[in-house]
Amino acid sequence: MSDPHAITREINRSHMQVSDEVAIQITNMNKWYGQFHVLRDINMTVNRGERIVICGPSGSGKSTLIRCINRLEEHQAGQIVVDGTELTSDLKNIDKVRSEVGMVFQHFNLFPHLTILENCTLAPIWVRKIPRKEAEETAMHYLSKVKIPEQAHKYPGQLSGGQQQRVAIARSLCMKPRIMLFDEPTSALDPEMIKEVLDTMIELAEEGMTMLCVTHEMGFAQAVANRVIFMDQGQIVEQNEPKEFFNNPQSDRTKLFLSQILGH
Amino acid sequence: MTKATFVRKEMLPPQEAPASQRGAIKWARENLFSSPLNAILTILGLLTVVLLVKGALPWLLNGVWEAGSLMECREIIAARHGEGATGACWAMVRERWHQYLFGFYPQPLFWRPTLAFALMFVALAPVLYLGNRTVNTIMAGVVTVLTVLALIGISVAFPQAIAGADAGVAALLAVVIVLGALTAVAWLAPRKLMILTLLYPAIGFYLLWGGSIWGPIGALAGFAILALVYSLTKGQLGVVVGTGAGVVAAMVWWLAVQSHITGALHSLLPFSITHVDSDEFGGFLLAFVIGVTAIAASLPMGILLALGRRSDMPLIKALSVGFIEFIRGVPLITMLFTASLLLQYFLPPRTNFDLILRVIILVTFFSAAYIAEVVRGGLAALPRGQYEAADALGLDYWQAQRLIIMPQALKISIPGIVSSFIGLFKDTTLVALVGLHDPLQGVTKVVRAAIEWKGIYWEPYIFVGLIFFACCFSMSRYSMYLERKLKRDHR
Repeated sequence: MSDPHAITREINRSHMQVSDEVAIQITNMNKWYGQFHVLRDINMTVNRGERIVICGPSGSGKSTLIRCINRLEEHQAGQIVVDGTELTSDLKNIDKVRSEVGMVFQHFNLFPHLTILENCTLAPIWVRKIPRKEAEETAMHYLSKVKIPEQAHKYPGQLSGGQQQRVAIARSLCMKPRIMLFDEPTSALDPEMIKEVLDTMIELAEEGMTMLCVTHEMGFAQAVANRVIFMDQGQIVEQNEPKEFFNNPQSDRTKLFLSQILGH
Repeated sequence: MTKATFVRKEMLPPQEAPASQRGAIKWARENLFSSPLNAILTILGLLTVVLLVKGALPWLLNGVWEAGSLMECREIIAARHGEGATGACWAMVRERWHQYLFGFYPQPLFWRPTLAFALMFVALAPVLYLGNRTVNTIMAGVVTVLTVLALIGISVAFPQAIAGADAGVAALLAVVIVLGALTAVAWLAPRKLMILTLLYPAIGFYLLWGGSIWGPIGALAGFAILALVYSLTKGQLGVVVGTGAGVVAAMVWWLAVQSHITGALHSLLPFSITHVDSDEFGGFLLAFVIGVTAIAASLPMGILLALGRRSDMPLIKALSVGFIEFIRGVPLITMLFTASLLLQYFLPPRTNFDLILRVIILVTFFSAAYIAEVVRGGLAALPRGQYEAADALGLDYWQAQRLIIMPQALKISIPGIVSSFIGLFKDTTLVALVGLHDPLQGVTKVVRAAIEWKGIYWEPYIFVGLIFFACCFSMSRYSMYLERKLKRDHR
């Protein structure tokens, strides 16, 4: 296999346990963009502690799926229940789910007018109503975790892409989320920066975080995921354990996709 | 055949560039004479400047400062520079400057608008300089010194200002004490200065119009009622409905209840200073009252309209679009005539709204519509990801707007917003059309109506124009300062 970002380090699996508790339950969910049926009859259960990688060709609806989980996108039919809270148009439920679910974006989406530290303390202070001092301590803790505490007083524009993405991860963690969503977190990065972001994500997985990652980093999927979901044309085509998924894909569409991304 | 290998034995020292690449010659060549057309334009431009200066300079230099009338001016110029010489008659400015500044405001009370003007800068400082303690203190200190000098100057020019009804040496002392105390506050407790900023509308109003102290206190109480109703109903009804309920309650207070209660309070505790009628306002006092109030009120209103225009709620969106497009489609003059003639019909009977207040309201609406479009441009320039990140962190709509969206959108919109404000300030001269004494037309007409200054032409316009230029140029420089300051965040 010729993955440039194959994970070589040893993974500590002692905390990576999947519990029976359901974290996310999606039932018969459908979504349309105008006339376009972008997500078709999605059924999916995520247990606490699961690390799920979602892959598929562009336009397959994988990003839209995880954006539905914190209601950045609205679904038109079916049910999404996150941590026991159903997502409806009720704003209180939406805000509750959003404060429990962290999200990391492809383009980082840091707030350019605030320092790194302010980026990390903003939501804890205003949403969780935590005192500033305490929020700053938490922020410094997570910034040390993603290995950039010394950048705390700089502005996002002064950091490299990889550093910005690690700040974005720290910013989400400061809200102490129970679930983390990653929407192609390494797609906008230079090759040498991908590794530092993946390392941060692996550490998070090692601590037992429930994670849903849309990514094309198959090395990450093999090393960390307990389940890989392949999507095409708005549907879940195949899902399996990583080993089975990569070595013994069942559907022709999956085989074609894997041969294209791993074949070169 | 040349050899393929080459090794340099000694390094060349740098040499001075040829004259064509240096200093003034290079600059002139690049900027003034880069092509034949440019050379011709440069020469024509220089000729124009020379001719203009040649025409205007003697007139400016021959200016006379001490004379009682235009006739006297002309006699002095003819005597000094010979028959047929031209010269400016600045003596008019010397005689009538107070009308250009204060209109027909009673002379013994000149200290009140002066103090209001000084306090305005102290109140603005924490907003303009984002709580920068040193700048705030320097500003308050300079304002104190200048105000004292101005008041002394006014007392010298108008001795009755000192012996006036409620002025006097005590007033001068009081002014020094108040401003000095504010300077100390600016240094010792910079955040406390914001209290002055919040109270300034009432203080300014009271100083300018005077009357019973309970009037402005009653008006402030309306805002307190608004805040109280909002905070009580926000929990159950949400931000938008809560604000609506607060506004309705405040309106009821202002229009129906306030006059009774303040009247009762006044009969209990009569404390008042001389009332000055709106008819007596004029000149730059009027321009500043209208301009500054409309500027301060139209920014928040414009922001709300811009947000309304981008709202998902059809009713709010339709109202915002309708308001903005209607106001932008109507000339300001029409709005001013509406203010002076029509507005009275829409108000409850027996409310006697001051003309200046009506003009301020409509000028604010006019400016807010333009500000809304400028801010909307700034909002559109923000990437979607900023909204999504704010949403994903669980910030609600108003938190996201206040903490994430507006700081960035307003920064982008600074040049447009300040342009609107400069335009608004100059447009205050249009109030001459509804019979108010603006500095350009209103006061000049009055000055020319006097027998001594009949026929004076250029001098008033130059004097008023210079003051307008100083104000607008300062606003422009301030906007550039602010842009530079906020830019530093990004690098």
